[in-house]
Amino acid sequence: MSEQSHGLIATFNTASGVYHAAQNVRDAGYKHWDCITPFPVHGLDKAMGLKRSLVPVFSLFGGIAGATAAMAMIFYTGAVDYKLIVGGKPFFSPIPAVPITVEAGIFCSAFGAVVGMFILCRFPMLYHPVLKSDRINAALDDKFLIVIEARDPKFNLAQTKALLEKAGGLDVKELEA
Amino acid sequence: MSHVETNASTQAILAEVNPAVKPRPVLVENNRSHAWITEKVCGVIEGKTPVWWWVCFSVACGVASCSVVGFFYLVAAGVGVWGHANPVNWAWDIINFVFWVGIAHAGTLISAILCLARQNWRTSINRTAEAMTIFSVACAGLFPALHVGRVWLAVLPGYLFPVPNANAIWPNFRSALEWDVFAVSTYGSVSVLFWYVGLIPDLGTLRDRFFQKGDKVRSAIYGFFAMGWRGSARHWVNHEMAYLLLAGIGTLMVVSVCTIVSFDFATSLIPGWHTTIFPPYFVCGAIFSGFATVLTLLLPMRAIFKFEDLITPYHIDCLCKITLVMGTLVGYAYLMEFIIAWYGANPNEGFTFVNRTFGLYDWAYWIMFSCNVITPQFFWFKKVRSNFAFIFALTIFINIGMWFERFVIIVTSLARDFLPSSWGYYSPSIVEILTFFGTFGVFSVLFLLFIRFLPIIPMAEVKSVTPQADVHGAHS
Repeated sequence: MSEQSHGLIATFNTASGVYHAAQNVRDAGYKHWDCITPFPVHGLDKAMGLKRSLVPVFSLFGGIAGATAAMAMIFYTGAVDYKLIVGGKPFFSPIPAVPITVEAGIFCSAFGAVVGMFILCRFPMLYHPVLKSDRINAALDDKFLIVIEARDPKFNLAQTKALLEKAGGLDVKELEA
Repeated sequence: MSHVETNASTQAILAEVNPAVKPRPVLVENNRSHAWITEKVCGVIEGKTPVWWWVCFSVACGVASCSVVGFFYLVAAGVGVWGHANPVNWAWDIINFVFWVGIAHAGTLISAILCLARQNWRTSINRTAEAMTIFSVACAGLFPALHVGRVWLAVLPGYLFPVPNANAIWPNFRSALEWDVFAVSTYGSVSVLFWYVGLIPDLGTLRDRFFQKGDKVRSAIYGFFAMGWRGSARHWVNHEMAYLLLAGIGTLMVVSVCTIVSFDFATSLIPGWHTTIFPPYFVCGAIFSGFATVLTLLLPMRAIFKFEDLITPYHIDCLCKITLVMGTLVGYAYLMEFIIAWYGANPNEGFTFVNRTFGLYDWAYWIMFSCNVITPQFFWFKKVRSNFAFIFALTIFINIGMWFERFVIIVTSLARDFLPSSWGYYSPSIVEILTFFGTFGVFSVLFLLFIRFLPIIPMAEVKSVTPQADVHGAHS
């Protein structure tokens, strides 16, 4: 392969077309490849053999951190930093701290989910060969693309092209890196 | 029903029961293509700014300026310019705050709870509803900030946020008002996140469309917020997961925020406030007024932009039914309050409720009762649910009623508390009235900017519930 090429790109007209083609590409053993779709195609992740997303891990740790920080803040301000008797109540008790703890947990787990998504998707992404393609406009409208990258160990220009064409891919071309 | 097991026993049972096959309602009418959806939604943003938009925008700015004037006068002169005085020391500020926060709740319910319940009809209306949420939280947030009078102290050290004040004292975390600060700021920021995550794919579509048209500036602006979205299936997996999590978190939030808002009253000892029914009652009331507002906004929008194929009569029907359920629950809560007041056998509590209904502010009570309990009952009838002009009128009444609900709760209880020596009558001052009136302008300005510059209908989500999007062919 020349170093100029990112890989091969193929267009599909229907969601089921790209779904079945993705199964073929997965079964052929490719690793570095991708489907570009205008909406989340139901079941495409399984057809591509993708693992479950790791976003929940970020969200969980965000939530735990937020809730702990809130409870700790209320403890520190009331029972350590400035002890103030209000209505003869103890300096700290966990029950009235619950609403703020819950809200802080919600806040941080939501941020965790979004930050996790950004990290896992590597956003903000300033450049990507697919974004330069003249097909991206259609792919975010009503067309579907499969891109197989040249760095994939199984990549072979002629064979990969044949695979994509056999799977129903239209207009299979090389994509500039 | 593609996931039904097709083993022999299931088949035998199905043959015996012979269930009726009910066709799924169509969510995009006239079998529109994906390209049509993109063209239709983006067309609103790409087209010339219509004349009506400028007219509405100017009027909205004019109305919003009332708030600005009221705000500056309040800061310059002090909170004395508002009408509350002993014994009613809490009035329009908190009424308007609860009113706007309540409206916000429908957006989160549509985007969160209906997402978890897999109600696919939510797709075409959730963007608008979430926008409504964010803008009404913004309006709601104005009032707590304003009512401290010295507004700069709301943010700087600090009445609201946990920054020690001049005497190094921290806020009182046992106070329901401090809980409110956290609840509402969480609500606002998580709603913005939810909205933004849903917007990313559509912003990507707009970025590429403007790029193709040669509009580099707009392409760059949308591209900045699209973060390099390219519709990759590897991104969609994370996007869908983040969205689902936000829906789960949002569900917790939608019930917790109005619950905490109701604690402002429920944790006090004032008769009429000190009741355990408040949290669910406030949540139902909030969702009730929110759905009414969603309908108020959607019906004209649908007509103006000719979105009849995307926001179908089925969508409106569903919204009306939820409004009916919530309205009836609110009516139930009104009656239950009376039963508890009678059953509780506390003379102060009993007096408060009789006074609410037949006392000094009976006019407000009966406005509230007729608008909130009688109005939604019209939605039992299919004929009403398909008469859009009538629905629009009803939703206005619902929101009037919901504003009066907060007025009745707050003012009647304070105007007549335990000792007759501390009884009084409250009337708002012109400054309060103008400030509140102006918030409708603030809301409208934000909403008009939204419908001009952002995709009103989530294109990616609507496309994913069309028959063409189904790769298994089971639902067709």
